[in-house]
Amino acid sequence: MDANENIIELIDVRKEFEDDTIAVDNFNLQVKKGEFVTFLGPSGCGKTTTLRMIAGFELPSSGQILLNGQDISKLPPNKRPVNTVFQKYALFPHLNVYENIAFGLRLKRTESTYVDKKGRTRIKKQKLDKSEIDRKVKKALEIVDLEGFEKRSVTTLSGGQQQRIAIARAIVNQPEILLLDEPLGALDLKMRKEMQIELKKMHRRLGITFIYVTHDQEEALTMSDKVVVINDGEIQQIGTPTEIYNEPVNTFVADFIGESNIFNGAVVGKLKVKFCGATFDCLDDFEINQLVDVVVRPEDIKICEPSKGQLKGKVISTVFKGVHYEITVSVGKFEIVIQSTSSAEVGTTIGMKIAPDGIHLMRKVYTVNKYDGVITKNNTVEFGDGEFDCDVTSLYKGSHLDEDGYLITANGEKLDLTGTEVTVEVDTHDIFMSDDKTAGGVTGNIISMIYKGDHYRYIVRTEENEEDYVLSCPDLWNTGDYVSLIIPREKIKLTLKATEENN
Amino acid sequence: MKLRFNRSQLCIPYALFLILFVIAPLIVIIYYAFTNGQGQFTFENFINFFSSTNTIGTLIYSLFLAAVTTVVCLIIAYPTAYILARSGFKKQHVLLMLFILPMWINFTLRITALKEVLALIEGNIARYTFLNSVIGMVYDFLPFMILPLYTCFLKLDKNLMEAASDLGANRFMVFLRVTLPLSVPGIISGITMVLLPSMTNYVVLDMLYNSTYIMGSLIGSYFSAYDWNNGSMISLVLLVIIFIITLVTNRFTDKEENSGRAVL
Repeated sequence: MDANENIIELIDVRKEFEDDTIAVDNFNLQVKKGEFVTFLGPSGCGKTTTLRMIAGFELPSSGQILLNGQDISKLPPNKRPVNTVFQKYALFPHLNVYENIAFGLRLKRTESTYVDKKGRTRIKKQKLDKSEIDRKVKKALEIVDLEGFEKRSVTTLSGGQQQRIAIARAIVNQPEILLLDEPLGALDLKMRKEMQIELKKMHRRLGITFIYVTHDQEEALTMSDKVVVINDGEIQQIGTPTEIYNEPVNTFVADFIGESNIFNGAVVGKLKVKFCGATFDCLDDFEINQLVDVVVRPEDIKICEPSKGQLKGKVISTVFKGVHYEITVSVGKFEIVIQSTSSAEVGTTIGMKIAPDGIHLMRKVYTVNKYDGVITKNNTVEFGDGEFDCDVTSLYKGSHLDEDGYLITANGEKLDLTGTEVTVEVDTHDIFMSDDKTAGGVTGNIISMIYKGDHYRYIVRTEENEEDYVLSCPDLWNTGDYVSLIIPREKIKLTLKATEENN
Repeated sequence: MKLRFNRSQLCIPYALFLILFVIAPLIVIIYYAFTNGQGQFTFENFINFFSSTNTIGTLIYSLFLAAVTTVVCLIIAYPTAYILARSGFKKQHVLLMLFILPMWINFTLRITALKEVLALIEGNIARYTFLNSVIGMVYDFLPFMILPLYTCFLKLDKNLMEAASDLGANRFMVFLRVTLPLSVPGIISGITMVLLPSMTNYVVLDMLYNSTYIMGSLIGSYFSAYDWNNGSMISLVLLVIIFIITLVTNRFTDKEENSGRAVL
């Protein structure tokens, strides 16, 4: 049976906190025995919450967590054969190194069956004996390379050593799954690199399934067998590091993993896509005329003679990065970043070529903003946490408003539109941001921004009901900026709700 | 002209205070304790203290009363402080204030009020003098036990409890192996804050009609009879007892913290 191969399986897991924020939603994941799986995503994306649900510190609001086919989602942490390495180590300060590692072993009871005098089979629970604990602690210390540290107080250890003790404390219990919550986050770069290699070695040697949480994409790519990219509580993509890097499924993944150039493109023929004013061959088959996001990795763009390139542009900057040069080229109004081992003089014109396998097309996620709205008594429309001026006469052909604000239809019918439910559509480039908090119909914070060659795509989220507005804008703002959104009256497209019409 | 101080000059006011109100009185106490009425050196006061069943009895009674008070305070304060600090309850500061608020009201007023309440419940309050004294003391000193424990629990890293349960400890074992040992410093400072003053606070006993002497009242009785010498000796003995208790508890906390720091 297939299910037996999966050591852990998350089915439709959802976590909603008491303040109604949804931390994790629609989470489906299967992990095979012995795999090294990494949860990767920006901070606050729900990766740690998911890990805590597997550990048992949080209970899922709905969904199942299966361990070897058994539902463990309601079990307390101490009943799960899973151990955690905490981000801030969480070593017990009142115990020395030996006692820290032996903590789990001392609580462990082995069950043995025996036959009592009356001939009944009984189960006896036994503590591990001292020599057994001694042996295991010694071995764990050996694995993390800290032999002879038994008597030391944990408070006298360096960050790296504390981390090793935390790992030893977890693996000494021989868990089925080892959970690691950003375990290297507090270490300096050099130490982190060393520990990455050691963790990988440990994983190979112990054969335990590792679930690793990090926001560091490089760490995720170097260490894992399988990467789970998470954003906003939902899985974006699951795949091997190569798949995630070479075939990102959407612009978020492309932008988050490695460097990328992201452009708006259109499919203009069979396996042909147009972006940056040129047509390219590609390998992704999309319908003709479909608008797409085009992702090109900086290292997939080759520099050539201006006359031979598919694109031609002027070098704006060249930065030496050790192994390669990072060259920024302006092509018309677009900016393209190239990584190349050869340098290019600033100010010169160069040609660029992109091979078909270097071009990744993705279905556009956001092309238009769509909301449910209600007409107010002032003939404005309320939607997405805001109130905007709009042209209500566009709802009925040939209609106009009288002095009292009633709508007179083409047939002379007088209508009171107050409370009418409508569908509101606004194009992404018809929304403008402003610093002036009172200028627009709604205010919110910029929660995401992606550079698309000649403009940025922003998502602004309102505070009250967390409504999202997607907009394109050539100006640079910062994530977290508090802005108010202006939508010109004529750009708000209103349509009556189908149900309303039927009534 | 700009005023400039170096560090040692900044110490002067504190040093003066220390000399005037701590060192000097201490010397005076020692002087009186080892002299007689004529100002001659003598061990007589010392012998008086330890040969009198009266004073020894008072010492034992004070110690016992203080110990009972401390234990009762600890039993009430420990879970209270734990719940206050650990529950993610948003109103925890308000709750804490409810326990601290009595400290803002004059102490004699509080004990008088308590007396009325006890009279209402017990009828003749003179019948339960020891019980009433303990109630009065606990009422008076409870905040001093709650506060250090509360701060201690607040500082406690929640990750440690999670780590313990992750390693297989059930709720009880988490408490026994992690929460309790880590709250020992709080317990110790709570005990020092309650045990020592409750040995001498005779006003509570007075107001609750407990005529039994404790150390405080004993010293008071000698001083009001102008017997400075025996009064000073009792003060000195008490001082030594307190010093020993502090020393022992300090050593205990140090061991708990598992650090190699030298004991003061």
